[in-house]
Amino acid sequence: MSKIETISAPQAVEDAPKLKREIPKWVITTMSVSLVILAWEIFGRDVNPVFGSYPSAIAVAFWKLVVSGQLLAALTQSLKAFVVGYGLSVLIGVPLGLLIGRSRFLEAAIGIFITGAYAMPLVALVPLLVLWMGLGFAVKACVVFLMAVFPIVINTWLGVRAVPKTLIEVGKSFVASDFTILRRIVLPATIPYIMAGIKLAVGRGVVAMVIAEFFTAISGLGAIIINAANAFDTARMFVPVIVLMVLATMLNAFVGWIERKVAPWQVELSGRDEG
Amino acid sequence: MNEASTGQVSMNDVSKTFTLKVDGQIQIVQALKSVNFDVKQAEIVTLIGPSGCGKTTALRILMGLETASRGRVSVGGKQVHGCGYDRGLVFQHAELLPWLTAAQNVMFGLEMKGMRGAELRDTALRYLDLVGLKDAANRRPYQLSGGMKQRVGIARALAIDPEVLLMDEPFGALDAQTRETLQGELLEIQARTKKTIIFVTHDLDEAVLLADRIIVMRAGSIQETFQVPLPRPRGNLGALRGTAEFAEARYQVWKALHSAEAVH
Repeated sequence: MSKIETISAPQAVEDAPKLKREIPKWVITTMSVSLVILAWEIFGRDVNPVFGSYPSAIAVAFWKLVVSGQLLAALTQSLKAFVVGYGLSVLIGVPLGLLIGRSRFLEAAIGIFITGAYAMPLVALVPLLVLWMGLGFAVKACVVFLMAVFPIVINTWLGVRAVPKTLIEVGKSFVASDFTILRRIVLPATIPYIMAGIKLAVGRGVVAMVIAEFFTAISGLGAIIINAANAFDTARMFVPVIVLMVLATMLNAFVGWIERKVAPWQVELSGRDEG
Repeated sequence: MNEASTGQVSMNDVSKTFTLKVDGQIQIVQALKSVNFDVKQAEIVTLIGPSGCGKTTALRILMGLETASRGRVSVGGKQVHGCGYDRGLVFQHAELLPWLTAAQNVMFGLEMKGMRGAELRDTALRYLDLVGLKDAANRRPYQLSGGMKQRVGIARALAIDPEVLLMDEPFGALDAQTRETLQGELLEIQARTKKTIIFVTHDLDEAVLLADRIIVMRAGSIQETFQVPLPRPRGNLGALRGTAEFAEARYQVWKALHSAEAVH
């Protein structure tokens, strides 16, 4: 008996929940990013500075743009257009998707335009939009809106179609109105889809913003890119490109954070914990 | 409207046909064929039969989620038009709203009924207490076991204080032990609240243990009706299973179900 106990005692300790000694995700990400920057620095120096650039040269160009105040001014101009266009696409896209998903009539009447417009080659239409709205802020916000709104509408619409019929019957069994069912049952049940659409729209919106600025070429980060490229100043051209990539990544992380705030049950339901 | 009639349910010559499109061909399915039954105030009636016999359709028509193609359906003497607060439905898989806590799920129905303020949460907690879940009030559905979820489902349906509780195979997905516990609790709650209960099940033991009357259905019609001679309150359901009366009642219903199978 005593023999068994001496064996089982240390085993019990081993069975106790262990503290996981995993490398935190942010450490892995930081190491991977550092590695890529390092490799780029080493191999990038061998390339003719017109055809390519490398991190330290870009950092110098970045500093010059910051000191001259150009970068901040351009970033503000770009972000204003982005925030307005993107904000409108969320404000209009989510309710529109909910309505199309819930109404057979609207789905048949409007759905085809939405799916068509999603695949629309917007770049081809930018010159026309410039003719309509000039070269200023309005056209940029409009292009961002047109690129961002359709993935949001389509995702929301698909999400509504995926809501289990029985959950809607819960609302009906308590004599809830169609609007109450939409707001209290369909909308929360669709949040994961809406969030996926909103995330997709971040990337598309950033691209749209730069495209619009290429055509107008007067203001914003897109203008810095195109003017630097025309002057064969490749290091300077990379500065806004990298700023935009960082920006889009941060926006995505921000949307993910909002998702965990508004839909914590979803994180619990999906298998992977975000820690 | 007099007090005694509020929990009365009647189905009068009710038929229901569905149109289905199978491989491009339109098929007409007769789910119910002139079904007649009446349920008294505070009576427990179980509907039993093989799947596809129309028992769930009958319940959904009573709830107002489906409309009868023909016939009259009334609850408390009033004809049924859509859902109403005189009926509470307990779903097969609880169907709690996953983004709400247990208490909020119970509050949902109360809010729909128009209740507001402090009364709302107090009422929800009282009904959670009734099903033994006061401590789990702030848990969300993914933090509840199957039996606990169904308890919340029952509390949600009861909280709006309906005259009739309609239950659609509510314990079908639970393990045997949890199911037996919930059967006992349901009878206790019914004894206290005096609700009329119409309970759909495919489980023979459950049908006999719970019911005052059992309606055996087959192919959309009522095949046979049995009065259960067991006393009420039923007390210890485990002990009841050992009695000769239970065995006899169970055997009668089993024979009816069995003859239905033999015909097909």
